[in-house]
Amino acid sequence: MSPRADIALPRLLAGMPAHGAMGLAEHRASSGELPYTTRRERRGAGALIDLVEQAGLRGRGGAAFPVARKLRAVTAAGGRTPLGKRPIVLANAAEGEPASAKDRLLLESLPHLVLDGGVLAARAVGADELIVCVEASAGAALQSVTRALSERERAGGDGLRIGIQTVPEGYVSGQESALVNLCNGGPAKPTLTPPMPFQRGVRRRPTLINNAETLAHLTLIARHGPHWFRALGTPADPGSALLTLSGAVSHPGVYEIEHGAPLQSLIEAAGGTTSPIRAVLLGGYGGTWLDGASIPELLLSNDRLACDGASLGAGVIVLLSAEACPVAEVTRATRWLAEQSSGQCGPCVNGLDAIAGALEEVLAGQPSAGVGKRIAHWSTLAKGRGACRHPDGVVSFVASALEVFAEELADHARHGPCDACVGPHVLPLPTPIELAAAA
Amino acid sequence: MSLRLKVNPIACEAHGMCAEVLPELIALDDWGYPILDERPITPELVDHAKRAAQACPTFALLIERDTPPQREE
Repeated sequence: MSPRADIALPRLLAGMPAHGAMGLAEHRASSGELPYTTRRERRGAGALIDLVEQAGLRGRGGAAFPVARKLRAVTAAGGRTPLGKRPIVLANAAEGEPASAKDRLLLESLPHLVLDGGVLAARAVGADELIVCVEASAGAALQSVTRALSERERAGGDGLRIGIQTVPEGYVSGQESALVNLCNGGPAKPTLTPPMPFQRGVRRRPTLINNAETLAHLTLIARHGPHWFRALGTPADPGSALLTLSGAVSHPGVYEIEHGAPLQSLIEAAGGTTSPIRAVLLGGYGGTWLDGASIPELLLSNDRLACDGASLGAGVIVLLSAEACPVAEVTRATRWLAEQSSGQCGPCVNGLDAIAGALEEVLAGQPSAGVGKRIAHWSTLAKGRGACRHPDGVVSFVASALEVFAEELADHARHGPCDACVGPHVLPLPTPIELAAAA
Repeated sequence: MSLRLKVNPIACEAHGMCAEVLPELIALDDWGYPILDERPITPELVDHAKRAAQACPTFALLIERDTPPQREE
């Protein structure tokens, strides 16, 4: 990384304790008192939205949507609803991405950084309630947030209600409309939009949903200002970012990088690769595969990666070793993703199942005629035809795999499973996948 | 102002009535779910489109007025 970045990083992860969570007193000592606290100051909290806009902060949950636009939309919607229908803020730490660990890490180690951001966002949009959404399986994160909330309560509270919503495990259960559905007493399944959550969300109120990392950045922008934030990153994608790096690397884990930093420098920071790299998965299981040969040119920001048809998504990077079998990896993950469909929309349920089935045939060396054309056909049918974007993500994942792993796929289609097919799995899957066709 | 077809994919159960009433704008995919022509409905087909929406047993076919583009997320 550039020398300048070395001076300025880490930002979010500065002072991260080696064990346990940073307590409130220590957090206040390092991050300062929360602005917009007194009643008089709170009336001016809308100014925070201007700061966020000048900072150019984009959401870190995957969609990279401009945060200030979201804040304004909720504020405006709040102004249109009758009194007593004030907006609600959701802090979304339900990652869902099996290869992502950053939001869980933030809640476990730096809960007050995220909670400060949630409180500030609530003040900015005029909300009187904050709900922290945590995966039910993330026990340490839940404990940490619970303890942090009682610490804040003892210190006098934040002048708004703060609650915790546990989210059932599932790839799509952290999706925005699924969270709203869950908070309203329904299942954690996406709903048809519009109405968008900012129009009508939890208890029919305008609802702001921000990723946990996004809120942590907001805390620092409120303290240090937009100029400081923009001192790192690219003009289109300013600031730093948390990335979860895994696969064939010496020290997998969560790293804070400057947007636009070379992937190569991140790999070096993680102790280098443990084997030659066949390919890299960017953005998670709804993301994009790129050939390992492209690694030296890759710069880690959404504007730079867009040239390669990729994005950082929720900050997931997986390095696939040349010793692993990409066909087995992609097939298993695709079958898992098909099973993660919430089962509500026909084109997603049927399309993803058909695509996974076709990959299973290829993996087993028993493809029916025209299998490539059929995968392309089903991809067209699945894409854009669900209530949420789950099918679109899977289609992107598969399409890029077909391109990058064309040779291995052709080889499996002709000769069946390879020696590496039974090797250790690279892409983590929370539920084991038995591939019928490969057995 | 123009009208467009939209389907609620959660409510849709692939009965296929819509494609029978309005084959000009609705085809069915491999599993019987509708593929819509999402361009503005031409005036002579508006009545047919309304009948197709009424024919849906799950009220999944919607006819929407053009609104300013929604943000994606």
